[in-house]
Amino acid sequence: MANTMHFDLVSPERSLASLEVTAVQIPGADGDMTAMPDHAPTITTLRPGLLKVEAPEGSSEYLVTGGFAQINGDSLSVLAEKAVPVSEITRSHMDELIAEARASHEAAKGGDDMSIVDEAAKLLADMEALGTHMSL
Amino acid sequence: MPSLKDLKNRIESVKSTRKITKAMQMVAAAKLRRAQESAEASRPYAERFNAVMAGLAASVGGSDSAPKLLRGTGSDDVHLLVVMTAERGLCGGFNSNIAKLARQKAEELRGKGKTVKILTVGKKGRDALKRDFGDLFVGHVDLSEVKRLGYSNAQDIAKDILSRFDGGEFDVATIFYAKFVNVVTQIPTAQQVIPASFEESEGDDSGAIFDYEPSEEAILADLLPKGVATAIFSALLENGASEQGARMSAMDNATRNAGEMIDKLTIQFNRSRQAVITNELIEIISGAEAL
Repeated sequence: MANTMHFDLVSPERSLASLEVTAVQIPGADGDMTAMPDHAPTITTLRPGLLKVEAPEGSSEYLVTGGFAQINGDSLSVLAEKAVPVSEITRSHMDELIAEARASHEAAKGGDDMSIVDEAAKLLADMEALGTHMSL
Repeated sequence: MPSLKDLKNRIESVKSTRKITKAMQMVAAAKLRRAQESAEASRPYAERFNAVMAGLAASVGGSDSAPKLLRGTGSDDVHLLVVMTAERGLCGGFNSNIAKLARQKAEELRGKGKTVKILTVGKKGRDALKRDFGDLFVGHVDLSEVKRLGYSNAQDIAKDILSRFDGGEFDVATIFYAKFVNVVTQIPTAQQVIPASFEESEGDDSGAIFDYEPSEEAILADLLPKGVATAIFSALLENGASEQGARMSAMDNATRNAGEMIDKLTIQFNRSRQAVITNELIEIISGAEAL
């Protein structure tokens, strides 16, 4: 069994990471999951959250929103609409994201489609939890 | 025959024109490099995205439960043409080539009795199509304030298009942009984004059977709108690189033409100056002889 697999993190604007990793924790739409080498091939959509990457050289964390992850046995690609290394995130960054989530929540409230409202509320809660988690 | 002073003024004015075109060429060259870099940076995302979507679309696409964005509305009576051009001119045939392609398509569709609606991105395309199709415009996206194209710009455009689609305003959407090949070649391209069509990628882990979380349908429904944004983003970046490439070669030509013109005018100037001198000499000599 291979100890590492290839991991790619790409956003539309740039490619953020491409390296060999031992495990990656993915914020999947149905809950977090950790992908390790020889994981069953899976495609999952992402909810906004933290992506934790563990590589032999050390671990790193990224904030990702929207997109999906494609897991093969020997490689893992995460395509996120927005991806930022946690070390680069500042309070104002976070505020911006929360404000965005709140705005879409407010916009959705006006509509009559309850599922959209729920989704937006969940997004907002996710965002706020994330901010607290990073103690910003 | 223009006077010496006139010629001198002409030469000066052409010289300053040459300075301007030279400067524009260099600016375009610098911007081109940046535009190419961002176009290249976006490529891995678009490629992987399309590969996954192609797989998904192939497995779900046939069924009736497939999302409307993939299946289409069932008719193709109303077409939305999204014409993406530059905000500025002075870039050779770049804008007019895109406009020409869009015009052909619009006329072809109208000839078949379809309804055509046009959404323009970038001022120049709007200006070019206004006279013939002004009454078909349904919207305009202004990017003149945007310094550096980001994914959010594409998302905004995609959101606009998708809300129109949800509102039943059109059945088929096609985007028009110029594909960047190299500095001298940009190919005006039409690409259909709704209903989405994905090219089957060759051999790219198509053998693997994936687990889907949540379901295939849910993922597809979630990703299709993002596919529209991705397609628009790549088109915007290609367009950005094409625009700078076209401007660079247009300004290179202009600089060269100005140089040729300066040479020609300088020769003319020297000849007329010599003629004036010869004339004066003849007058002096014949005056002296008459004494």
